[in-house]
Amino acid sequence: MADSLTTSAAPTRPARGKVVTVRSRSPFRWVLRLIVIAYLFFLVIWPVTLVAKATFSRGLAPVLDALQQPEVIFAFKLTLSVAFWAVVINTAFGIVVSLLLVRYTFPGRRALSAMIDVPLSVSPIVVGLALLLVYSGRTGWIGGALESAGLQVIYAPPGIIMATAFVSLPLVIRELVPVLTEIGTDSEQAARSLGASPLQAFLSITLPAIKWALLYGVVLSLARSLGEFGAVKIVSGGVAMRTQTATLLVEERYQQFGPENTITAYTAALILALIAVLALVVVTSLRPKENSQ
Amino acid sequence: MSITTRRRVLQAAAGAIALGLTATLSGCVGGAAQPASDASGTTTLHLVGFAVPKEANNAIQKKFAETPEGKGVVWEESYGASGDQSRAVANGLKADYVNFSLEGDVTRLVKAGLVDTTWKDGPTKGIVSDSVVVIVVPKGNPQGIKCWDDLVKPGIKLITPNPASSGSARWNILAAYQQVIASGGSEADAKAYLTKLFNNVVALPGSGRDATNAFLEGSGNVLISYENEAILARQSGEDFDYIVPNATLKIENPGAVLKDADPKAKAYLDFVLNTAGQEEFVKKGFRPVVKDTPVGTVEGANDPTKPFPVPSKLFTIADLGGWDAVNTKFFEENTGIVPQIQKATGKSQ
Amino acid sequence: MTSSAVTPLVERPDDAPPPAPRGRRRRRRTTDLTPVAGLGLGITMLWFSLLVLIPLLAVVVQASEGGWQAYWEALTSPQTAAALRLTVSQALLVTLVNIVMGTAIAWVLVRDRFWGKQFLEVVIDIPFALPTIVAGLVLLSLYGPSSPLGVDWANTRVAVFLAFLFVTLPFVVRTVQPVLIELEPEVEEAAASLGASRFTTFRTIILPSLAPAITSGAALSFARGISEYGSLVLLSGNLPYSTEVASVRILSYVEGDKLMEAAAVASILLVVALVVIVVLDIISRSVARHG
Repeated sequence: MADSLTTSAAPTRPARGKVVTVRSRSPFRWVLRLIVIAYLFFLVIWPVTLVAKATFSRGLAPVLDALQQPEVIFAFKLTLSVAFWAVVINTAFGIVVSLLLVRYTFPGRRALSAMIDVPLSVSPIVVGLALLLVYSGRTGWIGGALESAGLQVIYAPPGIIMATAFVSLPLVIRELVPVLTEIGTDSEQAARSLGASPLQAFLSITLPAIKWALLYGVVLSLARSLGEFGAVKIVSGGVAMRTQTATLLVEERYQQFGPENTITAYTAALILALIAVLALVVVTSLRPKENSQ
Repeated sequence: MSITTRRRVLQAAAGAIALGLTATLSGCVGGAAQPASDASGTTTLHLVGFAVPKEANNAIQKKFAETPEGKGVVWEESYGASGDQSRAVANGLKADYVNFSLEGDVTRLVKAGLVDTTWKDGPTKGIVSDSVVVIVVPKGNPQGIKCWDDLVKPGIKLITPNPASSGSARWNILAAYQQVIASGGSEADAKAYLTKLFNNVVALPGSGRDATNAFLEGSGNVLISYENEAILARQSGEDFDYIVPNATLKIENPGAVLKDADPKAKAYLDFVLNTAGQEEFVKKGFRPVVKDTPVGTVEGANDPTKPFPVPSKLFTIADLGGWDAVNTKFFEENTGIVPQIQKATGKSQ
Repeated sequence: MTSSAVTPLVERPDDAPPPAPRGRRRRRRTTDLTPVAGLGLGITMLWFSLLVLIPLLAVVVQASEGGWQAYWEALTSPQTAAALRLTVSQALLVTLVNIVMGTAIAWVLVRDRFWGKQFLEVVIDIPFALPTIVAGLVLLSLYGPSSPLGVDWANTRVAVFLAFLFVTLPFVVRTVQPVLIELEPEVEEAAASLGASRFTTFRTIILPSLAPAITSGAALSFARGISEYGSLVLLSGNLPYSTEVASVRILSYVEGDKLMEAAAVASILLVVALVVIVVLDIISRSVARHG
């Protein structure tokens, strides 16, 4: 019977399942608990706390100052809007592709499903390089033609959006496919036989059934998009107040001398992390405790 | 609150956040900043440069704005590693004026047809600022470093930027090599010295600035860097000492205007080469290329009243045969001196 | 207790018509796309090509510019070979650690109850949510020169190991958790009542059901590890033959205007990742079939 929600390979916050009763308070349990807590403490908790402390090491004032700098505000606006568009594109793409992969057969289906996973394993440097080779205005395969038509991709926001969309491409799909696989088409077929159009069937039957998986995929996409650094570094040009994203700003400020610059770097870094973590926490706590069915 | 109520509240909150975010953001991207130069009388100039002279350029831009040619000029700038920036311009990053660390980074643009071949024909041969390679040590100089030879002693943990990824890293390596020859040694002696030096290297950060930061954090106990970098760091409050060796390499950073640039960019370059512009470079720790530039006191230098001591044996890239020869002899992938030394020392680490 | 759909992208639900000839997928006809679905496929494929396929193709083309000889030389050049060896070996090591610790963490999160467990759930997500350059800063603060622990692992191989470990933390945990939740306790309890030790129960009942999830997470962890860049910028020191990873090598080639060599190393990383993903997929599928 355990053929339901199976592994989706992106980090999935699982729907809370049945609570398995604890059989006994064995020492093994305590030992394992301790090992896990210690591991997470030394790998994640302590280092992150240190950075948080360093950010506020001179008090709240420099942090607030940092947040009011025009370059910082612009960088965040740019990052948030790039992430927004990348997530929208990936969500639309993700829904369509998931439906296609699960509900239909066509030549190349398995190849497609394998290729969908590729962006997760490509180094960001390679992503930037690949996009540059094709879309660069002067030397790219298509870039030259695009630029004469007035669309600048590299060193402009469209390029940043593309790089961001590239790296977070599989995330929505990997959340949706298991759920779509599991729920099957019975309800939709029933709706269709009762006269609903495909769109109506989708909106009123499918969408509600996949909404938590979809939302989680969207939030994962958002988190990944906010934090992209390597690929964006190559395709954006880093022009302050024009194409400098928040992660590029973090790198620039970190490299400049002076404690105000360091604190600006840390502040921007923490805010990025906070937004992503907050989004993840909100979605997970909203997810129904029973298996999503 | 009951579970249902709590969930409803959270859902409402999430919905509100999502709505608000979408509303504010959907207009945001695309023309992410205000399109420049639409206000009458303003010109937007694009400066693409390497990270180190950012403060100096910003200071010069302020002074430039006070001149008649510079009135109404608004700047859009991008700073980063010299090679990265040069490549970006070659790939299409918009630029009117470029200021790089190495002549080769401008040559790349000449080859790409973006910069005129005559860029070097001026009195300063295209160079806008000078510096020298120096040795940086922690405050108080605990290891007692006085000269290049002290760097190969045991216990030295050396940081220098990565010559493969940082063009400006090459100044340091070449200085270390040539100082042996300038002091009377042979090529073989110089190679031997460089090998011993690499044995002491503990980190090769990506750029000059990365290297300085790594040193300041305590990663090593000696840094090879540029005099202007050391002075600027000390001006910003960092506390350490630096030594200008007797024999060292003159660093020459080029600046150039692109072929299609706005004419005001040429005016900017002229201003930079003016004593007024050079003064700003001096204040940030660079050595001027124009004679008679008033030097005054430079905070952060070892001796602020005499900030730029002249080493007794100062050599230049020309003495080494020019960048083309140097790049082939020293840095060519498998055959260059440096990759070979790295292979030899790396294997024994 | 089945565990189907390891790679969820390919398996069909159990209520689909069973495969006819053994080992071949059913094919009533080659496609059952409706016109609307066909249009959807066309549009998405166009976007996918523009975004992913064509750019990656450009990399492959760039890599082949000098022919096989030059390609091979680029890969076997000593410094590059060292960087590849370091990257792959550290990623493998980290994957092994993740297999053990990831499963342990998932176990504790699912089966254990204690105050603060929710907090740990959030902690698992942090490495995924953190920009990679910040991950480098974070690790540097605890394991670099100003470490309160008194260690200084910056610019050593340990730094590379730690960086990989940090960024790959969530992968195995999150693939194992859902499966663990689904496991029914009755079978384990039955085994226990028959006298099986805890360890035997784990080995013979739990582990086989988890195996597909673990291998799937391990594949992701490995792929993520070998492509890591941002966190190593500040942490590893980029020492050739010592702490220089493949991504840094690619960047160095790009910086030296050696695009062919850069593309060559990039293509090899891609191939290695694909091979590992496919191998793990095969393993997990055969375990699922017999499990």
